[in-house]
Amino acid sequence: MFLGHAITVQQLYGQLLIGLINGSFYALLSLGLAVIFGMLNIVNFAHGALYMMGAFVAYWLLQGAPIELMNGARFDLLFGFRVPYWGALVLAPLIVGAFGALLERALLVRLRGLDPLYGLLLTFGLALVIQGLFQNYFGASGLPYAIPPQLAGAHNLGFMFLPNYRAWVIGFSAFVCFATWFLIEKTRLGAYLRAATENPIMTRAFGLNVPRMITLTYGFGVGLAALAGVLAAPINQVRPGMGVDIIAVVFAVVVIGGMGSILGSIVTGFALGVVEGLTKVFYPEASNTVVFVIMAVVLLIKPAGLFGKVA
Amino acid sequence: MAEAAAPTLAVSRLQAWYGESHILHGVDFEVRPGEVVTLLGRNGAGKTTTLKAIMGIVGKRRGSVAFAGRETIGLPSDRIARLGLAICPEERAIFASLSVRENLLLPPRVAANGGLTLERIFALFPNLAERLASGGGKLSGGEQQMLAIARILRTGARFLMLDEPTEGLAPVIIRDIGRTIVELKREGFTILLVEQNFRFAATVADRYYVMENGRIVDAFANSELAANMEKLHERLGV
Repeated sequence: MFLGHAITVQQLYGQLLIGLINGSFYALLSLGLAVIFGMLNIVNFAHGALYMMGAFVAYWLLQGAPIELMNGARFDLLFGFRVPYWGALVLAPLIVGAFGALLERALLVRLRGLDPLYGLLLTFGLALVIQGLFQNYFGASGLPYAIPPQLAGAHNLGFMFLPNYRAWVIGFSAFVCFATWFLIEKTRLGAYLRAATENPIMTRAFGLNVPRMITLTYGFGVGLAALAGVLAAPINQVRPGMGVDIIAVVFAVVVIGGMGSILGSIVTGFALGVVEGLTKVFYPEASNTVVFVIMAVVLLIKPAGLFGKVA
Repeated sequence: MAEAAAPTLAVSRLQAWYGESHILHGVDFEVRPGEVVTLLGRNGAGKTTTLKAIMGIVGKRRGSVAFAGRETIGLPSDRIARLGLAICPEERAIFASLSVRENLLLPPRVAANGGLTLERIFALFPNLAERLASGGGKLSGGEQQMLAIARILRTGARFLMLDEPTEGLAPVIIRDIGRTIVELKREGFTILLVEQNFRFAATVADRYYVMENGRIVDAFANSELAANMEKLHERLGV
């Protein structure tokens, strides 16, 4: 197993940290996918592109929200004010979430009641269009985004150095995941959502505006993806391809956890991030494929997913 | 006791489709304030489809459904609900992913006053008060029926459509439901009832319409029920 080279404790903790970071993104993204799939019955292939948009909106806000006109003139929407990381953390999900709501109202609504395959095709196409546009405008290489100064540096825990920003990402992601779970499972608004997911026709017949709930739910799921993008921006570079790189693993996470399960996406996301990190320590060659191997095994043993309910 | 004037329902030339199937071929009837009107008919006559068409939850409908003088044929179901109509469907439609309490509180209030208080509801259905924390899917058939009725009583809707409320229930529960309907009628609710069990219907109904093949084919008052019994046996095949 150890393949002839010694593993240091430092390496182990280092990879565990990376695994938890990745797990945070997997959890946030698969949570958004699960919420969207539950309500809309759409596999949102555009999710990775919207995660990427979140990072780019954060970058754009930091630049002062510049608009480049056709004649080359540049106009700063915020008149010179540059939005720091903390502002972007709130604004980017709102902006991208609103864009998502617009997508739902304009395009996805036409697919209601149709075979889920159409949703898959449409969102896949959207992902390609969005990524293509960003690549066209920004180029394929990455743009830098600095760690906010309040989170710079690291703490010495004795057995390892824990960078502050990375600790923040893990903690904040876990908090957002828990808050979302709480909202859905324990509040009145969450009850509306669960009812509309289970039986949209009857829910509407009680007087609730289900079409509006569907739009807002899609916007919310998209907002979660964008939030993950903002969190990722200082760690990875802001690149048009960052969505594509992560989305395949996220889908595997959702399949393993179970498409409809909120808790399943969160737990599985974090867990698989850690599994991936540990695999990198002990058997690095398999680290890219271990999640997919697990997915294949789960599909053979429990196709509904580890936390999924058998339909 | 609030004596709110209950609204009327006037259905004319109502047609409805489920996908390609043309179920209702022109239904005409009316329900006056404070009445309990029962739709009788065999399975497949179109009784459930009629209720769903009034509520706006069938595929396609045409014709006229006037509620308190207001045309509702073109309205989406949430707008119709907010006018003060409510449906208790045959399948009861209790949400399994919600607790009993969440099921009960889900439908929003459609009238500022006029909805029964929780106190009143628990007095009518004491079993529900004990099961508030249970998951909606864990209830027995009788409890689900109680919950399905209770939940629309809380909204303030004064026009209730009950689809086979006694189906598959024990006689003692059927008696309870009958008492509840009589109580509601006394308070001024207007009720459109679909029932196969016309012996039960006889204990609560003011008037009857008989449906066959998506049309109304007969109508009579409760006082004329005995006189129509033989004809009914024939039509309903019971």
